[in-house]
Amino acid sequence: MNAPTRARVRKIATFLEETNTEMGRPINPPTRRAAAVAVIENPCAGKYVEDLSELMAIGEELGELLTLRAVAALGIPATSVESYGKAAAVGENGELEHAAAILHPKLGAPVRRVLGKGAALIPSSKKRGGLGVALDIPLGHKDAAFVRSHFDGMEVRINDAPRANEIMVAVAVTDSGRPLARVGGLTKDQIKGEDGLR
Amino acid sequence: MPGVLVRKKLAAVEEIFHEGGPVSSIPLRRAAALAVIHNPFAGAYVQEIAGFMDDLKPLGLEMARSLIAALGGDARIVEGYGKGAVVGSAGELEHGALWHVPGGYAMRELLDGAKAIVASAKKVGGPGTRLDVPITHINASYVRSHFDAMEVGLADAPRSDEILLALVMTTGPRVHARVGGLKASEIKGEDGLR
Repeated sequence: MNAPTRARVRKIATFLEETNTEMGRPINPPTRRAAAVAVIENPCAGKYVEDLSELMAIGEELGELLTLRAVAALGIPATSVESYGKAAAVGENGELEHAAAILHPKLGAPVRRVLGKGAALIPSSKKRGGLGVALDIPLGHKDAAFVRSHFDGMEVRINDAPRANEIMVAVAVTDSGRPLARVGGLTKDQIKGEDGLR
Repeated sequence: MPGVLVRKKLAAVEEIFHEGGPVSSIPLRRAAALAVIHNPFAGAYVQEIAGFMDDLKPLGLEMARSLIAALGGDARIVEGYGKGAVVGSAGELEHGALWHVPGGYAMRELLDGAKAIVASAKKVGGPGTRLDVPITHINASYVRSHFDAMEVGLADAPRSDEILLALVMTTGPRVHARVGGLKASEIKGEDGLR
């Protein structure tokens, strides 16, 4: 897969995490989650830019690329993804609004297109930080936000990013909820999948 | 000897297009495989530990295979490698040293008998400890363009009675390597050094 052309991408990282046991109990099948993270140049760094449409367009492009990469890392059909999340970390010469411009207006549509569905809001987090900052990507069920077993998070970090004029953008997907989920609430077999909530 | 209990695994792949200079036509890729295992020797001094190296061999091979797969499946693309371990607080550094043989020789075996010693780093640390896994050329340790490192770690590992094991492979030199020294094209490939 080639680097996208609109965003100037310095690197792309993927992470696949698999949990086989927890508290001595086997997790079978293992719970698995994957994240894809792009480190891009922030075209709005170092100055106040009123119109953030360039970042919105980058978000659209990265929504597809990162979802494809994360699903490939997970190694399952895109339609089998159960939960998702997104996050961005802006380097010190950027502003939090740059993360918002990438994540919120246009990134979600291609994520849902790749996954075939996605009635629920894509949970997100954002921050400004320096190199190696930890990004906690929130996770929620893709079709019903209230599925309690799938409330989760995945920490990712890249030691040399984001540099001052960069942004780290992440999309995470899973094939499961938490390893030993047992705090009740809506379960995935009760999903109606109409309003994105239940 | 006790079996190897794996709590979790992480596969990480970085694809590096540039670092402020010209965009590389073939991006450098680095891949890391991590496994978090139970430390059977945690909590006490155990004199005889070396037998655990044999128990770790299948895991080493599995992790090395997963790295080659993550880089596209053809072992010939691999040019650099490294290994490392983080021992949880109830263990000792020597437990991390158990990884040298099963981790290193697994990679060398799958990489057609790679000649260079596998660079390594290890330490004792808590959950979230980051480890800089050193990387060198697989056939000649002195190849300067391939001196590199990959930082790895997991937020929830190693717990006190665990060991985090790591293997790393790369597909080429640093993305803007230009500080001279022995080149990959000049390797004699006899002694693993040059």
